[in-house]
Amino acid sequence: MRRTAIAAVLLLAATACAADTTTSTTAEPAQEFPVTVEADNGSVIIEMRPEAIISLSSTATEMLFDIGAGAQVIAVDDQSNYPQAAPMTDLSGFTPNLEAILSFQPDLVIVFFDPGDLIAGLEAAGVPVLSQGSAFTVDDLYRQIEALGKATGNVEGAVASNTAIQAGLEAAVTTSGDFGEGVTYYHEISSDFYTATSSTFFGEIYGLFGMENIADPADADGSAFGFPQISSEFIVTSDPEIIFLANVFYGESAETVSLRPGWSVMTAVRNGHIAELDSDVASRGGPRIVEFAESISNALAEFASG
Amino acid sequence: MVAAAGAGLLVGPADIDVWSVLAAMGDALPFIEINHGLTEVEHTVLFEIRFPRVVLGGLVGAILAVAGAAYQGVFRNALADPYLLGVAAGAGLGATVAFASSGDSGFIAPLAFAGGLVAVAVTYSLGRSVGGRTTTSLILAGVAVAAFATAIQTYLLQRNVETLREVYSWILGRLVTVGWGEVLTLLPYAVVASAVLLGTRRLLDVLGIGDEEASALGLNVGRVRWIVVIAATLATAAAVSVSGLIGFVGIIVPHTVRIFFGWSYRVIVPLSLLFGAAFLMFADVAARTIVSPAELPIGVVTAFFGAPFFVLVLRTMKGSG
Repeated sequence: MRRTAIAAVLLLAATACAADTTTSTTAEPAQEFPVTVEADNGSVIIEMRPEAIISLSSTATEMLFDIGAGAQVIAVDDQSNYPQAAPMTDLSGFTPNLEAILSFQPDLVIVFFDPGDLIAGLEAAGVPVLSQGSAFTVDDLYRQIEALGKATGNVEGAVASNTAIQAGLEAAVTTSGDFGEGVTYYHEISSDFYTATSSTFFGEIYGLFGMENIADPADADGSAFGFPQISSEFIVTSDPEIIFLANVFYGESAETVSLRPGWSVMTAVRNGHIAELDSDVASRGGPRIVEFAESISNALAEFASG
Repeated sequence: MVAAAGAGLLVGPADIDVWSVLAAMGDALPFIEINHGLTEVEHTVLFEIRFPRVVLGGLVGAILAVAGAAYQGVFRNALADPYLLGVAAGAGLGATVAFASSGDSGFIAPLAFAGGLVAVAVTYSLGRSVGGRTTTSLILAGVAVAAFATAIQTYLLQRNVETLREVYSWILGRLVTVGWGEVLTLLPYAVVASAVLLGTRRLLDVLGIGDEEASALGLNVGRVRWIVVIAATLATAAAVSVSGLIGFVGIIVPHTVRIFFGWSYRVIVPLSLLFGAAFLMFADVAARTIVSPAELPIGVVTAFFGAPFFVLVLRTMKGSG
């Protein structure tokens, strides 16, 4: 049984190659299916090039459109607000409804976690599912894009995306020179002082600039998975040189921060070095981390100019 | 309580030594000048971040404990806590609406306050319309209102999952973000409620013998109950709106006082006030030092240390008495 399957794949590959040689003028060679893709839910076999993709992950949505799979996407969840072309529906990635998802007749569903038995339910209905949780490192991000490229038949698009992201990050870091070296920062996720340490995805990006995270001692053993809650007192005495706000969407701004009790004595507040980040960009490990790196670069340029 | 306040002021992630704190406190008093040797940052941390947090912890603890004692007296129910009539669920709903609709943190306190009051008002009118003046119908109405408010809250959370973490953190109680502004907001409620409850503490003893007996003694049972409930509820709603839902203080503190100092509300009410303040200030010290410089939610601390302590107290008293 297994042998025949392999034989079939080889045969398909052979015919595809043969087809390639005859039509060598096409820009992108047709990718062979079925493919096996690695995801959080193990090895997933996708039989045919998917043409009716549902993305229940706002990060995956950004990746799909970036690698050129946008035309194959028929529906995205209610949090997928970027890019504008994404066909947003009221499907939810947090509380997904199996029937609602199946009513779109998808041939591939991408989720960021399994809230219960969603994956099992979709697989039972014969729909392949890729689960991709938040990237922990920039390498994770490249692997996720690569996997999406393979799964959707856009391998070259994925390579192009990854190359562009890598180049974008490098450019942002190069622009900053050594402005960032040793500069201390506080990255605020919420107004009750949840933050991200160097060990997180976003911390890694700050690290590319040589910056130092004030919150690292608060999660030295990693028990908060890099997202500890720290105290106001600690932030003020640590006196970070730049404050980055990832919670602008929730009404925080340079102004609200400077009005907090006791914060007016902080160097970053006095010198106005409070950078307001796009809340979506600063919470999704997708292609727009280049924008995130550029905001850091801009903040550092401002910081260096005084 | 003095010890708790002292510990609260002296301990924190910012390393300020004991003498400097004392010197700075002395220096802050009028007509006294002491060289405290603190930098401006340390001085600010002490007076604008640590100090208000300690004071607010004390106020919230005092309010919750005294309101719990009052509820237990009025309803003659040992399990009554300040959240009995739906204040917590109503305030939780209000806070969730604030998080979900605007995300502007300025709306959280007022909406939580309004939610708490509306919930209790509904509970009260339901309880009266159903069962006249019995306390059982009131408590059951509170259960129904709380369940209803929680259902709406859960629905809103499911529809606005991005606010889940913020709401959750609020539900566990938080003193992390407070300054003098919150203290000033809460202070009038704390003072008025404490005054009313201290003033009516003898009447709570009379109520304890039963509605009919109390009426026979010339007490207007309905009115006393109404005044006590309003005072306790207003103060609780105000406390909850600034600090989130801090559990357990309202039950554990009055009962501990009762075990050590007897059953008269003349004693329980004022002592609950003091011990409640002390308990929460200590809990907050634990919240910000155990995993320093990270924070623990204070609601977790009160339950984690409160529950075993309470069991211990119960066991000890059973053994000796």
